[in-house]
Amino acid sequence: MDWWKKPASDTQVTHGDRLWLYIVATIVMLLLVIPTLIVMPMSFSDSQYLEFPPSNWSLRWYAEYVDSSKWMRATVTSLQVGTLTMLLATPLGTLAAYALFVSGHRAAKAVFVFLITPMIVPVILIAIGTFYAYGRVGLNNTITGLVLAHTALATPLVMIVITAALRTYDLNQERVARSLGSTRLKAFFIITLPQIKFSVMTAALLSFLTSFDEVIIAIFISGGSNATLTKHMFSALRDYIDPTIAAISTILILVSTVLLLTTQFIGSRQK
Amino acid sequence: MGSDNEKSIKANPLNEQPLRLQEVREQWMLLGLAAPAVLIIVAIILIPVGWLFYLSFVGSDGQLSLEHYQKMIQYKSYARVFMTTFQVSMLTTLICILIGYPLAYFLALLPQRLAGFFMLAVLLPFWTSLLVRTYAWLVLLQRKGILNDFAIHIGLWETPIKLVHNMTGTLIGMAHIMLPFLVLPLYGAMRKIERDMMHAAANLGASPIHAFWKIFFPLSLSGLVAGSLIVFVLCLGFYVTPAVLGGGRVVMVATQITAILENQFDWGAASALGVVLLVATLVILYAASRLLKLDSALFGKH
Repeated sequence: MDWWKKPASDTQVTHGDRLWLYIVATIVMLLLVIPTLIVMPMSFSDSQYLEFPPSNWSLRWYAEYVDSSKWMRATVTSLQVGTLTMLLATPLGTLAAYALFVSGHRAAKAVFVFLITPMIVPVILIAIGTFYAYGRVGLNNTITGLVLAHTALATPLVMIVITAALRTYDLNQERVARSLGSTRLKAFFIITLPQIKFSVMTAALLSFLTSFDEVIIAIFISGGSNATLTKHMFSALRDYIDPTIAAISTILILVSTVLLLTTQFIGSRQK
Repeated sequence: MGSDNEKSIKANPLNEQPLRLQEVREQWMLLGLAAPAVLIIVAIILIPVGWLFYLSFVGSDGQLSLEHYQKMIQYKSYARVFMTTFQVSMLTTLICILIGYPLAYFLALLPQRLAGFFMLAVLLPFWTSLLVRTYAWLVLLQRKGILNDFAIHIGLWETPIKLVHNMTGTLIGMAHIMLPFLVLPLYGAMRKIERDMMHAAANLGASPIHAFWKIFFPLSLSGLVAGSLIVFVLCLGFYVTPAVLGGGRVVMVATQITAILENQFDWGAASALGVVLLVATLVILYAASRLLKLDSALFGKH
């Protein structure tokens, strides 16, 4: 029997009947992946213009990137802000998620909803709001200002990841520890935290990436020597197609891929 | 939850009051743990956005007025911006539904492990910087880009077509960026559908197509609506992709806000537009949550 005549599921549909679905899904998946991947070979072109496939291969645009003090400075800023955001948002979000999940207080749900508002408020509004408010307190163009704004964006994501983890975790274990004389704090660190640690790691990676990839707020509140990579990339994109961006994009794609695969790996370890 | 258990243990009546007090104290202490997070959201979101809200009601003479909102109704340029925003958001959502539904359906039919592998095709772009993806489309769609070269090479069209710096480019880029937001909740909803229902329908004589439309599709609607709403709402406030791929020809609300700030430095007018955007978003989400209990679809609460 040929493959396409075999039943596709345990109903009467055959793989042949579903051929159209397989084709459509494959095309959509290719459309999702190819545009990002095609930038990678193009970044190794020797030409002033982006070509595919490149006629001459070279590392010219990578050299351009590494030699440029503007790009290097921006990369350092972005890495700094991303790391600090991660270090701030992960504990803040984990603490809040745990507290609101465990507390039986009536206000807990309202507080939770309030804390995830950054996901609902359009980012452009947060961008101009912080730009205006920071102007009054002198936080524009500072690392501190950027980290605070990005932490506000990342904290809700951390909370959602941690709350999801706590739902599958049996809190009775913590109760047992406490009934045996452990304080809540100790019970959390010794019993609960080790069991949700993979989710905490996922949340940390997510908050780093949220900050590292953030564009709109950075356009407004970062500048001067503290401008982020995304801010410089955005202004370069608006003006002309600079092949250096292809090189930077390739690096960013690799970073995202590594982070994504790490979380997938973490996820599989968790099960 | 923590306290439920303690409640269920019958306490000596004498201890009842101190126990209750202790419980209340603990609840407050726990809420206190959320305080740092609350503080940051108040400082970065609530105060600045509240400030803009106030600014939007201050006229150019410094007095409270509805001047900025009146302008929105009077001037045709604003109407055009709102129309473009709605149009782009609506079309992007439709494109996402049309190509996202078959993809989610395909993934939901696969065995879990295989689906996890193909899911990488959805997750990889999801995790890739928005700016990088926008740039990729700019490169692909430009006049001398790969798509034009390829289409001319195989004879689809003869002279390069303008695919970017217009509405077409914006829609292609937006749909690409938004698709994961539709596919992920939709896939989740489809996974939850009991396969036995389809078997029962088949057993009762329904053809596969009939069973799909009568059983599967209605059950997948909650995920479809949740995903479409997320896409629509995110589109309303989108800035980067229309700004880059629209090339100044696709002016949406967010683009207009920045333009007003850059050119006229008019905080009142920019804030008023921002407030309209926020209110529109909240109204849509509120209506949806009433309709659908959206929070359960989004956060998996049962």
